[in-house]
Amino acid sequence: MGRYVIRRLLQMIPVFFGTTLLIFLMVYVMGDPIAGLCGDRQCDPATAAQLRAEFGLDKSVWHQYLSYMGNIFTGDFGTAFNGQKVTELMATAFPITIRLTVVAIVFEIVIGISLGVVTGLRRGRPVDTGVLILTLVVIAVPTFVTGLLLQLLLGVEWGIIKPSVSSEAPLDELIVPGLVLASVSLAYVTRLTRTSIAENARADYVRTAVAKGLPRRRVVVRHLLRNSLIPVVTFIGTDVGALMGGAIVTERIFNIHGVGYQLYQGILRQNSQTVVGFVTVLVLVFLAANLIVDLLYAVLDPRIRYA
Amino acid sequence: MRGATRARWAVCAAAVALTATACGGGDSGGGGGADGIVSSSWGDPQNPLEPANTNEVQGGKVLDMVFRGLVRYDPKTGEAQNEIAEKIESKDSQNFTITIKDNWTFSNGEKVTAKSFVDAWNYGAALKNNQKNAYFFQYIDGYDKVHPESGSASAATLSGLKVVNGTTFTAKLSQKFSLWPDTLGYAAFVPLPKVFYTDHDAWLSKPVGNGPYTIEEYAKGSSMNLRRWDDYPGADKAQNGGIDLKVYTDNNTAYTDLTAGNLDLVDDVPASQLKNVKADLGDRYINTPAGIIQTLSFPFYEKVWDTPDAVKVRKGLSMAINRDQITDQIFQKTRTPASDWTSPVLGEEGGFKEGLCGSACEYDKAEAKKLIEEGGGIPGGQLKISYNADTGSHKEWVDAVCNSINNVMGNNKACVGGPVGTFADFRSQVSTQKLTGAWRAGWQMDYPLIQNFLQPLYYTNAPSNDGKWSDQKFDDLVDKANAESDKAKAVTTFQDAEKVLVEQMPVIPLWYQNGSAGYSDRVENVSLNPFSVPVYDQIKVK
Repeated sequence: MGRYVIRRLLQMIPVFFGTTLLIFLMVYVMGDPIAGLCGDRQCDPATAAQLRAEFGLDKSVWHQYLSYMGNIFTGDFGTAFNGQKVTELMATAFPITIRLTVVAIVFEIVIGISLGVVTGLRRGRPVDTGVLILTLVVIAVPTFVTGLLLQLLLGVEWGIIKPSVSSEAPLDELIVPGLVLASVSLAYVTRLTRTSIAENARADYVRTAVAKGLPRRRVVVRHLLRNSLIPVVTFIGTDVGALMGGAIVTERIFNIHGVGYQLYQGILRQNSQTVVGFVTVLVLVFLAANLIVDLLYAVLDPRIRYA
Repeated sequence: MRGATRARWAVCAAAVALTATACGGGDSGGGGGADGIVSSSWGDPQNPLEPANTNEVQGGKVLDMVFRGLVRYDPKTGEAQNEIAEKIESKDSQNFTITIKDNWTFSNGEKVTAKSFVDAWNYGAALKNNQKNAYFFQYIDGYDKVHPESGSASAATLSGLKVVNGTTFTAKLSQKFSLWPDTLGYAAFVPLPKVFYTDHDAWLSKPVGNGPYTIEEYAKGSSMNLRRWDDYPGADKAQNGGIDLKVYTDNNTAYTDLTAGNLDLVDDVPASQLKNVKADLGDRYINTPAGIIQTLSFPFYEKVWDTPDAVKVRKGLSMAINRDQITDQIFQKTRTPASDWTSPVLGEEGGFKEGLCGSACEYDKAEAKKLIEEGGGIPGGQLKISYNADTGSHKEWVDAVCNSINNVMGNNKACVGGPVGTFADFRSQVSTQKLTGAWRAGWQMDYPLIQNFLQPLYYTNAPSNDGKWSDQKFDDLVDKANAESDKAKAVTTFQDAEKVLVEQMPVIPLWYQNGSAGYSDRVENVSLNPFSVPVYDQIKVK
């Protein structure tokens, strides 16, 4: 187990450098960011040159990348064009996005898995068909449509929520955005769980458990569900990273000042320091989530062992 | 413009920033519902909030509330009026003596003196401080020493500025510029308190100024709460308890918040909502002219565009654009077809002249085609109009302009749009002369003077003359106008220079942009100034 973890951690190193380099190059090829700082007019050449020197933009791209990576390991993620430290931006953005992601994941787990179990056990019944249609609709409708629709109905027409989230983004204001963010994944989780449960419901060990006279509840939760969760856990695990990075749309609709917002602004202003910094952290989150998922397999399925 | 002495709230005077709320609006701060406080949409300022470093409207909004300069532009007429300045005098349009009123202080109690101005201007001009508005000080003698085009500065301060005593200083310009005092209303010219230099970081996290509002709380990137400063010595005291600015990533969300009663003021109505705005807001929607003109620019560094024949082509193209239709249908009348190169906010006296462009800016299908063909057709056979695709919904109108041109030419490949991914990249290509076709250009005035609409854009090698157009006759007329000591004469001379633009058509004027805003039924007396910034201090809460 320990060895396995170490091997996985070592594998992360090239992935980490590869992704950061790719992002760095992508931002770099977008062109010179300084020209955009002066609005619809030309920056005066002396100031522009001074700014380029300050942000290291006058150096070659490799030099920039290496010095950037060097700084990262000392905890210096650079400065955004508005003079704020990127670490400062992260300190405000990540807690908000993590909160939003947690809300979304909780929805996925609670609603997604329960619906999946219910429909998996009642295959072909009206409840199964109903949920099936519902998930199809949710998957088919893009997030921004659900988001704007809920915002308009709940926020403007019925006045149940505020259409936008305040800058502190407390948990209760994130419930609707979290649901919107989770909606598509939630539908997938439901269907994955349903298929898995339906398949395993006919497995020998379930029949044995029933024959042993175990209570139905115990059969479903301890035997059937636990074995059926592996694909679902894989999905949710990778979804953590996807939700954090992919929250741009939801964050824009509900005006949440999280990671998506900072990334969007960073890209618009071609601020490589912000973009690469945030993406680096997202890459780390993604890698860590994947590792945890793999380790969870062993917990869920005793047949899986890591040497 | 002497500050009317109003009853002062002695109790509140002690701890200004904190008590301003309690004494002002009689409420606690907070969101849209709080009494006396106006909540307003905002965007994250692109640059640090230093006066000489803020060149966009979001940071400008804050500076307009927190600072006052020598001169202030009347929010309605745009006319420059003395604010802190008692008088600004000059005998020769080159050496100015500035006397300030002595009753002004910063909100931290420090007195506003002649030195507050001179130090601030020297800071703004110095190359080492990276101030993006440094070029505002370019007319002051010694600018080339503190801010050389290349290399390092050979002087720390502007030699043209001298403090005479506590309330007087002199400014020597490097050239004659009679309208110079009228430029001093720009945010770059405001005075700065000592703490700006001594504790710069602390100042940046919570700027201290001398305007009608003080900053109570500033959460960078998300919100700023401003409160009325009750000891404000000026005449334009705030009419409300304070302003809460909230950053919106998407102006659609801000608009939704406004319609839900969650926000009081949106000063940027999204283009997609313009159709609904009348139904949603009724007369709580403002659409007033702003000092912004949009044009099509051409590359004069490309030989094919710098010929007498190309003049005909450009005139033809100008006449091929159906401005009325585009401003009606795409912009829902938030733009006005342009018929000169300035802006209606200048007023007739300031140099705006409707119809100066004449028939060359009017849609005329037959004549347009004739002119373009006489000029040998569009150089290269196709006109490519470059624009940035990330903000400002430029795609729609560029496509419409191209359609209009294609219709005239009877060729649906005569004109195409050329999207560039980001604004920064677009500007970078424009300012380094990479584009070979036309591009969209927008000019937002720095100060309401006709000079600002002409000299920085069309004078030979002027900083924003991206197309590198050059015309001796135009340059001479601008020089002559700047030297003119009589304001009315200066304006007519500038208009003479503008007539050169009619002849040469170096850029095609498209339309004047309006400022648009919507507000909730909680507030009244909302208006936009000529810079399309809401006049916050006049807003009243019902």
